[in-house]
Amino acid sequence: MMSAVQQKSSPSLSGRSGLLRSILTNPLGLIAATLLGAVVLIAIFAPLIAPFAPDDLQIFKVNAAPGDGYLLGGDGSGRDIFSRLVYGARNTLIGALITVSVSSVVGVTSGLFAGYFGGRREIVMSWISDGLMSLPSLIVLLAFYQSLGSSIEISMLVFGVMLAPGFYRLTRNLVNGVKHELYVDAARVSGLSDLRIIVGHILLVIRAPVIIQISVVAGISIVIQSGLQFLGLGDTSIPTWGGMLQDAFANMFVVPTAIFWPGLAISVTVASLVLLANAIRDRLQQGNRPVAVPNMPVLAVKPATVTEPVAEGVLLEVRDLVVGYPEKSGWTEVVKGVSLTLRRGEVLGLVGESGSGKTQTAFAMLGLLSTGGRILSGSIWFDSRDIANLPEEDMRKLRGRRIAYVPQEPMSNLDPAFRIGYQLTEPMVTVLGISKAEARERALTLLARVGMPNPLRTFNAYPHQISGGMAQRVLIARAISCNPDLLIADEPTTALDVTVQAEVLNLLRDLQAEMNMSVILVTHNFGVVADICHRVSVMKDGRVVETNDVTELFAAPRHDYTKMLLGAVLDDVTPRVYQPRSGKGVAA
Amino acid sequence: MTDGVIVECIDVNTHFGALHVLKNINLTVRAGETVGLVGESGSGKTTLGRAILGIGPVSSGRILFEGQDIAGIPPRDRKGNAAAIQAVFQDPYTSLNPSMTIEDILTEPIIARRQAGRAEASAKVRALLDQVALPSDAAFRYPREFSGGQRQRIAIARALALEPHLIVCDEPVSALDLSTQARVLDLFVEIQERTGVAYLFVSHDLAVVRHISHRVAVMRGGEIVEFGDCDQVTAKPQHSYTRRLLLAAPVADPVRQAERRAAFHALAVGER
Amino acid sequence: MLRYVSKRVLSSLILLVLVTTLTFAMVFGGADNVAQNILGENATDAQIAALETKLGIDRPLYVQYADWVVHAVEGDFGQSWTMGESVSRIVSGRLIVTLSMVTVAVFTIGIVASLLGITAAVKGGWADRAIQVLSVVGFSLPNFWLGLILVVVFALNLRWFPATGYVDFSTSPIGWAAALTLPVAALVLSGIASASQQVRGAMIDALRQDYVRTLRAGGIKPSSVLFRHALRNAMPAALTVLSVQFIALLGGAAIIERVFAIPGLGSVTVQAALSGDVPVLMGVVVTMIILVVLVNILIDLANAWVNPKVRL
Repeated sequence: MMSAVQQKSSPSLSGRSGLLRSILTNPLGLIAATLLGAVVLIAIFAPLIAPFAPDDLQIFKVNAAPGDGYLLGGDGSGRDIFSRLVYGARNTLIGALITVSVSSVVGVTSGLFAGYFGGRREIVMSWISDGLMSLPSLIVLLAFYQSLGSSIEISMLVFGVMLAPGFYRLTRNLVNGVKHELYVDAARVSGLSDLRIIVGHILLVIRAPVIIQISVVAGISIVIQSGLQFLGLGDTSIPTWGGMLQDAFANMFVVPTAIFWPGLAISVTVASLVLLANAIRDRLQQGNRPVAVPNMPVLAVKPATVTEPVAEGVLLEVRDLVVGYPEKSGWTEVVKGVSLTLRRGEVLGLVGESGSGKTQTAFAMLGLLSTGGRILSGSIWFDSRDIANLPEEDMRKLRGRRIAYVPQEPMSNLDPAFRIGYQLTEPMVTVLGISKAEARERALTLLARVGMPNPLRTFNAYPHQISGGMAQRVLIARAISCNPDLLIADEPTTALDVTVQAEVLNLLRDLQAEMNMSVILVTHNFGVVADICHRVSVMKDGRVVETNDVTELFAAPRHDYTKMLLGAVLDDVTPRVYQPRSGKGVAA
Repeated sequence: MTDGVIVECIDVNTHFGALHVLKNINLTVRAGETVGLVGESGSGKTTLGRAILGIGPVSSGRILFEGQDIAGIPPRDRKGNAAAIQAVFQDPYTSLNPSMTIEDILTEPIIARRQAGRAEASAKVRALLDQVALPSDAAFRYPREFSGGQRQRIAIARALALEPHLIVCDEPVSALDLSTQARVLDLFVEIQERTGVAYLFVSHDLAVVRHISHRVAVMRGGEIVEFGDCDQVTAKPQHSYTRRLLLAAPVADPVRQAERRAAFHALAVGER
Repeated sequence: MLRYVSKRVLSSLILLVLVTTLTFAMVFGGADNVAQNILGENATDAQIAALETKLGIDRPLYVQYADWVVHAVEGDFGQSWTMGESVSRIVSGRLIVTLSMVTVAVFTIGIVASLLGITAAVKGGWADRAIQVLSVVGFSLPNFWLGLILVVVFALNLRWFPATGYVDFSTSPIGWAAALTLPVAALVLSGIASASQQVRGAMIDALRQDYVRTLRAGGIKPSSVLFRHALRNAMPAALTVLSVQFIALLGGAAIIERVFAIPGLGSVTVQAALSGDVPVLMGVVVTMIILVVLVNILIDLANAWVNPKVRL
């Protein structure tokens, strides 16, 4: 479920220059890239930059203070700290390069194949990866030190293998998320080989996360490499940042400041790698976060212009409702002045296509707009009280008790970690304040009422143990459990099969009549409207274009948009007549 | 190839582990014809479509395409016209790779089948976009710049790139808005009348299937319970499940819907 | 449930056998010039051969391995080659020290990261920014460098804490706490940084689920939505983070113990690695893997308790 969410909400970096641009347009990314570039250049041109050879020693400059040719002073053997830092960059980066190459090549390749082909191969590879991940890598490197010899490069190679699981898991998860995408099926139908699908489609989509991981692993390897050298492992004759720290540590009580420079070099290099990774990640997640609005537009909550009392028999009256979400340029209105009237015991259909604002209108009535969303103006009179922009605490007292909600997707709207019984009794205990035992009795009655063949079994089941149709009945049971006056149902049957839909609609109709509930039914399906609604409001682009009695609406629609929509309904078409053709010679 | 039959499924069976998801499927599609495949979730209709496309398993039976058996042969190993069988999938948001331009998407099948080089394939893009009524400057843009309906047009253009004799359409209009849905269906019909391509049209929506099909097969639990002319199946269904399915879908007319609801109820009570 | 646990235990055992075998091959296979190292440059060939026979490393590798396994199963990991003590004594004596440090560190990470991560997910604001800064700082400051700086500042200059050494808890709880404060502080920073980020992510994910809106629509109290429902669903991810942190801390301890001269498993590993004391290295590796396996099984059990789908 998590990967599906990520799939939908993270726009991929498209365009060949997208990745580079995303780094350079982010100020921190730019700084990081510049710093990293500088370190790389220093490493390459070390002999030109360093004033001394790394192992030049001047005996009278042991632990010397900065100055007199030694820019940052001398170390414990009288060598120039600055020159050693410069050469250290070279050796440190070589080690990091080895680790990154090994881990990314091994990890990404195995991840691609495990993810794409799955099956036994995946099980074995994942087991190996889990095994590697459960080893404390530093301890293993220490244990292997004698056999690997003093060359730090070989240790870094082994470390690369130990870090490969990071790439493996990342790649495998990405591939698992991508491989069932329909465009992979389409590529297969087009005749692409598996290898070309992996290279052409999958690698294209997963490259950004892999680059982020490369950056992170480079950072880790620099830290671990310095750690090993700090412990005295590796060839001590080669200047390295970790080795310099070891030297400084040995002289710490004499010159405490000498520990500063090598550590700073490590930190700055690693930090720029991390910042680089963050810059790319930020770009990837752009669509994911609520936009931080630099200067929030002033909320001019207009007092309701019409304050005349709500007519007799009307439960809910929405007047000129405007709902907006903050964007960089100001408030974007998704509902632009909607007015609705709902009488007691009436079913009002709210119909429209996607983006018409019907669901946002419903969420506004519940006071449950998504993050950032606000009612900008207008009023929602519920039982003679304006509940638009009511404080959350007051709104909460209405929800469940007086206004209830049935969502669209039955499975994702039940908490997977709790039994149905708990989820059914929790609102009753909270809202009605009845005892758990009483709530349980009621829940079992409700489950029987919504058509569960075995209420007790459903009561004790977890959500993943029941079907979608049953889950929707459970959600309906929960919604009506506290005898609400108003039920807001958002596409309650859209996710269900037609035969199940017919049964659930029947259930809703019976319950509505039994309890004399008022219902707002949000839907895009005119068949559902014709089946259950008394009156209908048709929405388009955040506005209601027509409100009409249900028989009137279908018999004599007034607005052109309604006519167009009804014209698009596919009922009652004359079937097509087949004209035989020969199987051959089909012209394109 | 009598009667212009281009696809013939003969006793096709598919098992997923212990599950028997396709049971002795027999089905034919004729040249230039649309066969609607309707059923509820889990009925096996998508599995059958994928088996014909070569991206789903076949445990036994034969699938003859213009005479040659293509059952179990993956698309890249198919030869001749069988290699040109194409697909249009349900979700226009995931059926186009977000990192590729429209031109890359449309030329991919042509290049993969080595029908033309990159330059020649690119030259075809304009004609393909034209066929689905999209402007030719669409070629250099990315899928995210298009609406759902437009994306589905792009997917149709991709399916047409190899000039196929058969396109398997898996719920191609289910994710679209009502008004877009009607226009895309009209496009399907128009293309069929012009090119003579045959469709196997998989959908859960009987109204959609009735709109576009010449013949309709109703699936349930991995079996075809009824297969016949569209008018016959959708107006005078023989099988009780087809009747139930037909009556369950609400129609946009309150008076008639009330009658149908009563009939659905009666059917349900009668079955008990 | 029982099947799930036994499956996990079995796969852990296989892991233990595989890793010890591999480590044995690497460690003993590379013990060619150990005798030379121990005896020094001036040793004669005869002396070296005699020592090799005494240590048993003149035998074929598989014989050595079989011998090692037979004894290891009984808890006997042999004699140290350089420290004049049995490996079991060395390891058990030092395990307590390292474990006490790592345990304090894990709990510190768990508590701080949860508080920070949850606050950031729910409220955003300062906690969000703190996590962003931490993610860069915690990751890029190597823990041993941080340890050195802490020593210079808090031990050498301010003299608030001892610079080095370890005091047993039973000897003086206050001395124990004082001795561990700086090492633990140096150890936990990177852990807090990565764990809090992941807790935040898991919590945001949980709060974004459809059922959260539906629960709120049902009039459930915000505290219940947050702590009973969302937190419980975010728990598996958070627990997994803790197990990863535990493994990382075991490695990190090796360096930190060196900086603070703490006589734990880590510093003995470094000592053994530098001197080529192969039996000690084997003992340490086996001990650490057993520790990791135990912690992973505990966390799996906790996960199964939280997530009903695993329990099948």
